[in-house]
Amino acid sequence: MSAITREEVERVVALARLSLDEDELSRMARELDAVLGYVATLGRLETRDVPPTAHVVPLPTPLRPDEPEPPMDAALAVANAPESEGSAFVVPKVIGAEEEG
Amino acid sequence: MAAPLGSLGALRAALDSGATSSARLIDASLERARAAAPLGAFVALREDLSRREAREADRRRERGALRSLLDGIPIAVKDNLVRAGEPTGCASRILQGYVSPYTSTVLERLEAAGAIVVGRTNMDEFAMGSSTEHSLHGPTRNPWDPNRTPGGSSGGSAAAVAAGIVPAALGSDTGGSVRQPAACCGVVGVKPTYGRVSRWGLVAFASSLDQVGVFARSAADAARVLECIAGHDPRDSTSIPEPAPRLLAAQDGDVAGLVIGLPRECFDPKGLEPGVERAVREAVGELERAGAKLRDVSLPHSEYGVAAYYLIATAEASSNLARYDGVRYGHRASGARDLGEMYRRTRSEGFGAEVKRRIVLGTYVLSAGYYDAYYRKAQQVRTLLRRDFEAAFRGCDVIATPTVPEVAFRLGERSEDPLRMYLSDVYTVSANLAGLPGVSLPCGFSQGLPVGLQLLAPPLEEARLLRVADAYQRRTEHHLARPPELR
Repeated sequence: MSAITREEVERVVALARLSLDEDELSRMARELDAVLGYVATLGRLETRDVPPTAHVVPLPTPLRPDEPEPPMDAALAVANAPESEGSAFVVPKVIGAEEEG
Repeated sequence: MAAPLGSLGALRAALDSGATSSARLIDASLERARAAAPLGAFVALREDLSRREAREADRRRERGALRSLLDGIPIAVKDNLVRAGEPTGCASRILQGYVSPYTSTVLERLEAAGAIVVGRTNMDEFAMGSSTEHSLHGPTRNPWDPNRTPGGSSGGSAAAVAAGIVPAALGSDTGGSVRQPAACCGVVGVKPTYGRVSRWGLVAFASSLDQVGVFARSAADAARVLECIAGHDPRDSTSIPEPAPRLLAAQDGDVAGLVIGLPRECFDPKGLEPGVERAVREAVGELERAGAKLRDVSLPHSEYGVAAYYLIATAEASSNLARYDGVRYGHRASGARDLGEMYRRTRSEGFGAEVKRRIVLGTYVLSAGYYDAYYRKAQQVRTLLRRDFEAAFRGCDVIATPTVPEVAFRLGERSEDPLRMYLSDVYTVSANLAGLPGVSLPCGFSQGLPVGLQLLAPPLEEARLLRVADAYQRRTEHHLARPPELR
């Protein structure tokens, strides 16, 4: 039995904002199936009472004094943008020709 | 070809005695880098900038105003550390043309110390891989055998040090990406405790695992560089509020009475190359002859490390790489009719196959209905692994294992089999999951290729780790071996 179906792969690819052609989707489904089959070995471990580790360093969130500092120059901030206007990033229209997934 | 550069310590002595100048060292390093171009270790050289910086370093030296032990010394850095006004590409099409508006903490500290970056080194795209084959720039080759990979993902940095182009280099280690290529290329590779070195300006892959690390030819040289880049940085909220450790001063060659733990799970002959096991056992035997005691320990959950690692690392990567959307920097697909199409086409054109595979896996394990079964489960196993190490370190001072179960594999051999590639990280991922410092040391050869001995220590015990590593190197010569065709 497969750990992941072709339909699930298509759904996740859309969630990840990627688009793959038919061959790539088939290959992705095959490879993910192998990896998920392997990670399923974790199911052998009893972990009901084990707290999850999100972070290894037991540090509280450090806070700094709430004092304003000079921000990055706006021209520098947009200097890498594929398209910009003044200090703004320019993007294609948001409401599109097709529905967003 | 220009002669290989000596160790950092030797270059320092030559500069201090006036036998050479920084300008000459940088020229030699650049010349050797160009001659070794078929290795593919570098993605770009900083020819003019590094020559200018060398002249400044020489003037400081003449004035007696040296900034540090590293002043005027050439080094290389992985292509995922940013520097203001200069490109960083992570070997990815999606970052082509990116010029950073700010400088990473580690490069700021190296610059303040006077070290001179001669170039940026090749890597697996976004540090995702164990072979440095998944790169926009093509693969890096192993200096010991050009038909083999240098390991990865920091393979360019490892190859640059092994080939004598630079005495030291920076890399990043998320699941072994410094230690594994160090083992494959026969150099020293150190991954510090998580939080020891600032991640500010390191392009994020998996934020709870990423740590900047150091390549060098010896533990003493690695200590010199790590002392410079370590220590608290308020710009990284996971930075440990401790000053940089004193590493060099701790290297006294003494390991008498030190207890070395040998995890029996890491010497399981299944999947461990006999020549690798032989070299590693010989290395711990050498430490025993130096006065250390060997003790069997157990890490019962280590066999689950790779599975837990790939779930956590891909989940974090899918989140971190969401920022590459063609809006603020990097590649943007042309001709999209709307924003959604622009995102999808930009990301599909910009990312390579391995990065896409990990983004999709990470998105899947975080998606509704699968989070508990995969991501939370992996985090619980991470706790079990940490407890394994806590228990083991109650009975020993350091842990010794092979770094990699086999020697460097051939180019192309694993690229069609991602799972098999992932399994080469079996001995390295645990240190990232538990946040521990680790080092890989050259300890001999199998099939004519370098073998790495991995040492692990409790959190923040880098001084102990590198003291043991240095003691081993004082008694052995494996770290002095050079790749034959470059000798």
